[in-house]
Amino acid sequence: MKQSTLKKKKKRLIFRTAMLAVMVGLIAFALISNLKDDKSVVAKGEQAPNFQLNKFGTDEVVSLDDLEGQGVMINFWATYCEPCKEEMPYMEELYSEYKDKNVEILAVNLDSTNIVVERFQERYGLSFPILHDKNGQVMDQYNVSRLPSTLFVNADGVVEEQVVGPLTLDKLDGYLNEITPET
Amino acid sequence: MNEITCECGHVNPEGTVLCEACGKPVEDNQHLNGNENQALLNMRYDGSARRSQTYNRTFIDKVWNFFSSVKVGVWLIVITLIASAIGTLLPQEMYIPPGSDASTHYKDQYGLIGQIYYQLGFHNLFSSWWYMLLLALIGISIIIASLDRFIPLYKTLKTQKPKRHDQFMKKQRIFGKTESDSIDMQLMKENLKKNRYKVTEEDGSLFAEKNRFSRWGPYVNHIGLIVFLLGTLLRFVPALYVDDFVWVREGETKMITGTEGQYYIKNEDFILENYDENDERFQEAIMRNGQPVPKTYQTNAVIYERTDDIVVGKDPELKEIKEAQARVNHPIKFENYTLYQASYQQNEFNEMTFKLHDMDDEDSSYGEFTIDLNDPETEYELDSGHVVVLGSYFPEYELDDGKPVSVSKYPRNPAFVFNVYPPGESDGEPEVSFAGIGANVDGSGENEFKVGLVDFDVRDVTGLTVRKDYTLPFIALGGAIFMIGVIQGMYWNHRRIWVKPKDNGVWIAGHTNKNWVALKREIEKSTKGTGIEPPVDQQELKD
Amino acid sequence: MGDLSAISSNLLYAAFVIYLVATFFFAGAIRDKKSTSPDRIGKIGIILSIVGFFTQLGYFFTRWGAAGHAPVSNLFEFITFFGMMLVFAFIIMYFIYRINVLGVIALPIALLIIAFASMFPTEISPLVPSLQSHWLYIHVTTAALGQAILSISFVAGLIFLIRQVDQSKKTKQTFWLEFVIYMVATTLAFIIISSVFSAFNYEASFEAPVEGQPVEITYEMPAIAGPFDGELISDGAMSPLFQAPEWMRGVDAAIKFNTMIWSILGGLVLYWLVRLVVRKRIGSALQPLLRKANPEIVDEVGYRAVAIGFPIFTLGALIFAMIWAQQAWDRFWGWDPKEVWALITFFFYAAYLHLRLSRGWQGTKSAWLAVGGFAIIMFNLLAVNLIISGLHSYA
Repeated sequence: MKQSTLKKKKKRLIFRTAMLAVMVGLIAFALISNLKDDKSVVAKGEQAPNFQLNKFGTDEVVSLDDLEGQGVMINFWATYCEPCKEEMPYMEELYSEYKDKNVEILAVNLDSTNIVVERFQERYGLSFPILHDKNGQVMDQYNVSRLPSTLFVNADGVVEEQVVGPLTLDKLDGYLNEITPET
Repeated sequence: MNEITCECGHVNPEGTVLCEACGKPVEDNQHLNGNENQALLNMRYDGSARRSQTYNRTFIDKVWNFFSSVKVGVWLIVITLIASAIGTLLPQEMYIPPGSDASTHYKDQYGLIGQIYYQLGFHNLFSSWWYMLLLALIGISIIIASLDRFIPLYKTLKTQKPKRHDQFMKKQRIFGKTESDSIDMQLMKENLKKNRYKVTEEDGSLFAEKNRFSRWGPYVNHIGLIVFLLGTLLRFVPALYVDDFVWVREGETKMITGTEGQYYIKNEDFILENYDENDERFQEAIMRNGQPVPKTYQTNAVIYERTDDIVVGKDPELKEIKEAQARVNHPIKFENYTLYQASYQQNEFNEMTFKLHDMDDEDSSYGEFTIDLNDPETEYELDSGHVVVLGSYFPEYELDDGKPVSVSKYPRNPAFVFNVYPPGESDGEPEVSFAGIGANVDGSGENEFKVGLVDFDVRDVTGLTVRKDYTLPFIALGGAIFMIGVIQGMYWNHRRIWVKPKDNGVWIAGHTNKNWVALKREIEKSTKGTGIEPPVDQQELKD
Repeated sequence: MGDLSAISSNLLYAAFVIYLVATFFFAGAIRDKKSTSPDRIGKIGIILSIVGFFTQLGYFFTRWGAAGHAPVSNLFEFITFFGMMLVFAFIIMYFIYRINVLGVIALPIALLIIAFASMFPTEISPLVPSLQSHWLYIHVTTAALGQAILSISFVAGLIFLIRQVDQSKKTKQTFWLEFVIYMVATTLAFIIISSVFSAFNYEASFEAPVEGQPVEITYEMPAIAGPFDGELISDGAMSPLFQAPEWMRGVDAAIKFNTMIWSILGGLVLYWLVRLVVRKRIGSALQPLLRKANPEIVDEVGYRAVAIGFPIFTLGALIFAMIWAQQAWDRFWGWDPKEVWALITFFFYAAYLHLRLSRGWQGTKSAWLAVGGFAIIMFNLLAVNLIISGLHSYA
């Protein structure tokens, strides 16, 4: 067989392999992107984006960045969300304990009227800060589409755990424990 | 594994069916085009050496050759076609009523067939992995099959010589022999030129050709399809494509979702206009329709840009950049975003005015108060000194197990618990009552006062789709290339005529990839007066 | 206004009659008698076709004037337009190939289509917001023209099959050819039955539950299949022989089902009447009439029609459709049933064009493919609007 033919054939093989590899790569990209297409809450392991909201009923501003060094639980909720109502007492129950361990709970509320939240707060006797995301900006930023959704952010600002749907007391305790900074 | 040297001296690549230069059939390769025992030559790809038919050694070669086959391509198309058809039999998940659960909807609506449909994933066919894979395989097939054919065909058509082998001539569909010694080759040449053929000569043989470029049409359109497919792939790059939705109430200024907090929109007014029922032209059709036919959906909007540093959650500083109207078919465009009028909700409550009066006398009045449903006060002090405290507010009231709850934050069905304190008795026990749309319940049954609804104000909500799409230019380019390619390939035909002088006359042969009638007509016109007899269609004779 | 729309409908009637007359001339032209000059008769046929076409154009533009928008916005208007484009496509192909036999099949099909269109509500309807765009007529007219030219390949295919299928014995091919003819009979039956009952103003009202609410459902043909759980409330109307199955929901589902039963039965009656008269397969009876058709050329007409129609169809039904959809519905493609069926049509003819490259797919196989393609086009035109529906349902 001639040298040139062999060379040509080798070149052809390389060309074909490269073409097929590129095409398979593109298909893999498409299929994987398609699977991930459902916009989800900021994922585990990602840095939690900063936000700044008013503490409910006051002019006090809470910014996530200011809480660096603390564990932060961000809970998205609304008064019209039934399962949210169930987990509120659990949060209240554990709040003071973890507050001392340097864990903050931020309950980001999505209602539009103050009075509704005020009455709710009174009725449930909530002491953790409720932040009012009146325009849904934070919710949009975090891609939250279902309530309740909860993120557990560790002292480094990284999302340790994210939960869509209501939490039980046990689970809540466990997750809060996970983000408790070491002393 | 050897190159083939033809008797005309041309060296052809391995796998050649018809010599690139003179067209002589390469004896051992006739099976490649199915030419054995056939009176006429199969002229596809001009008998060039398609690469897929020559090497079949490594795994890569086998995969390559698989996709190179037109048969495989056609099968892929047919499978996609059938799958698509099944996908339309029942509505796709995105078209079932909002809020319904797909896992039960199909079974409830369509029974067993619905359940099977759902189980097999046909309810979401067009974004299923296997449908996408089918389209991708078609893409691969297009690329490989085109490469494998275009290059050899291009070479062959470039190499072809005017003088053709007798075997080639005889086996053309259009072929004729003229035995005569008075043949005017010069006139023939001129006639062909008059018919806009490009004529070349070799040893007295004439070769006339036109519209070779139409042979590239299929490859051009395939390039267009590939660009198109790649364009759709770009959608998966988040920076290039935003698809979001925003609801805005009249009078409200809201962040436009999907713009990363950069832009805000104010809904000045939402307009829904119906056709006039008395319009003579449309009267009958509107009657048949049984309900008003909408004429316009329009949002009058103001677009703002946020000028301060974006801190999510903080109240923004806004600068107006545009005042515009979004109508169906006429979206609002700003920067790289487009806002489409996509949906609306009418008559959401905005304000409600109540009057406090004696329980048994509707005409009495202790004063009125108006509740802004989007930002109610906690208490309202009336002129008479009575104080009405909002005990509870349910924007969208429903009864759940006998308990009043709100199912959303939007005032679609507002209800209140009022605590009424007579003047100077703000420390005492209030009178409690419950008021909503069409409901007014006395809390104790012995109330002295009643809070009655006297007036309300409603507003509309507009729903706009937010789009940013940098992939559109690619898609459009792909479509344009495809159209050019198809038109190039379909509206022109590659026509060739060979005239070869013989000892006692002349042979003539013709070939085209489609539209034989026109080719025959042109040959007939060109041979007029030259002494060459018009050739016959050998395929027609065969029947 | 009223005058214009009256002129418009008269022009449509006139066009219909002219097409009908033209058909007879073409039929005369293919008769195998040496005494008359077939070319001259054929010429009269094509001139009449052109006159008919312009008359129908007159209908189109007068109706446009009356409505204020191009009359392609509901099923009646669209199907009528499709019929007109079919005639136009036939005229084009006639001038390329000059074969009279094309007219013998193409015109009757166009006639059937136009008559069929008139069974739908014909009043001028207002445009809903999403249809208020220039793209309405750019998209719809191009798509219809593309479909019409593609349909000419069906016409050619049908001629080829009637001419070529071996009628000496019963085969799969003879069966399916009879089936195609039976479908034509069904369409004709539908037209006749609808016209007759509407001439007599037949009405039968039922009260039946739709989504839990009792609704009055009015049939315009005697109910063979009544609505599910329906109760006849009209006096003197025929009571239904059975009820439509429960899964047929919606006010119109049972009516459509009943109409379909009538058409299928009517088609059977028509078909067997003719068959009993000619006393052989209808395909077989038609075969000698088409003896003069040259199968080679007919096959090429079929291929050519696809070659010409495919780019136009792609442009109108896919590309223009995408541009418009991007403008009106914020996405150029949404997998709406009508869109998917346009894609299916595209795929089908793409497959056809690729198969034509292979030896053995010319002639009979191509002709059958052309029949299949027409079935897809008709499915998209009718079934998608009447049965599947989606964003495009303007029926």
